[in-house]
Amino acid sequence: MTIPITYYLILSAVVFLTGVVGVLIRRNIIAILLSVELMLNATNINFVAFSRYLEDLGGQVFVFFALTVAAAEVAVGLAIIIALHRSKESINLEDFKLLKW
Amino acid sequence: MAQLVFGYFAGVIAVTAMLVVALRNPVYSVLSLLIMFFHVAGLYVTLHAEFLAAVQLIVYAGAILVLYLFVVMLLNAKQDDRYHRQWRVAGFVCVPLLLELLVLFAGGKMEPSPLFSADQTGPGTDNAKAIGMTLFSTYLFPFEVASLILLVAMIGAIVLAKRDIGGSGA
Repeated sequence: MTIPITYYLILSAVVFLTGVVGVLIRRNIIAILLSVELMLNATNINFVAFSRYLEDLGGQVFVFFALTVAAAEVAVGLAIIIALHRSKESINLEDFKLLKW
Repeated sequence: MAQLVFGYFAGVIAVTAMLVVALRNPVYSVLSLLIMFFHVAGLYVTLHAEFLAAVQLIVYAGAILVLYLFVVMLLNAKQDDRYHRQWRVAGFVCVPLLLELLVLFAGGKMEPSPLFSADQTGPGTDNAKAIGMTLFSTYLFPFEVASLILLVAMIGAIVLAKRDIGGSGA
């Protein structure tokens, strides 16, 4: 036993919270998507650590699926950003308030 | 030794994650995310998930980040990018969460699982083979659903980013 799983959980929590802060404070839509990637990676670290410590490959397979969903999310998200930029000439989040009340 | 390696990877991951959020130029954010992905892959190798480390490098660092860089440079996003004014809300949400986590980790002493044994390389001897066996037997149906998700994402991206040629296209 070399590294307790608690360390992995703390690392993952720090990265996840960094992602949450990024989503909340950035105004650039691309930076917000990058923060979402941070959160996905934090969960992946958790999955792999538990998969190692419980000797169960299910966790690694789950990371595989999370990666698939991340790829899909990036494709659709960046397409939406390009469409937004085409209609508003901006990727600043505060310029998009059509659906805000 | 193992703790030294973990400390290096964890430190670089934490610092570059914060740089992704803190740097104002999106290109620099993407590049520090690239460094983070490399170190996450290294962490996977130390956890005996070699296949996932390779997939992490190929898919994340190779495909997803290139897509990000492409869009960042396409949109020329070097505008004034101040932080959102709701950063107080962010602090209000995240500081209590961090404190709760610290209390949890400090209070609950986590026992190593009885299933765990130090250097047993049981199913991990040939990681890629083991993952393939699991993926195509137990998780066959989710695997097919994942391919459907990719198809839907591809069609969605094309429809969203397509320029309306001559106003006749849908």
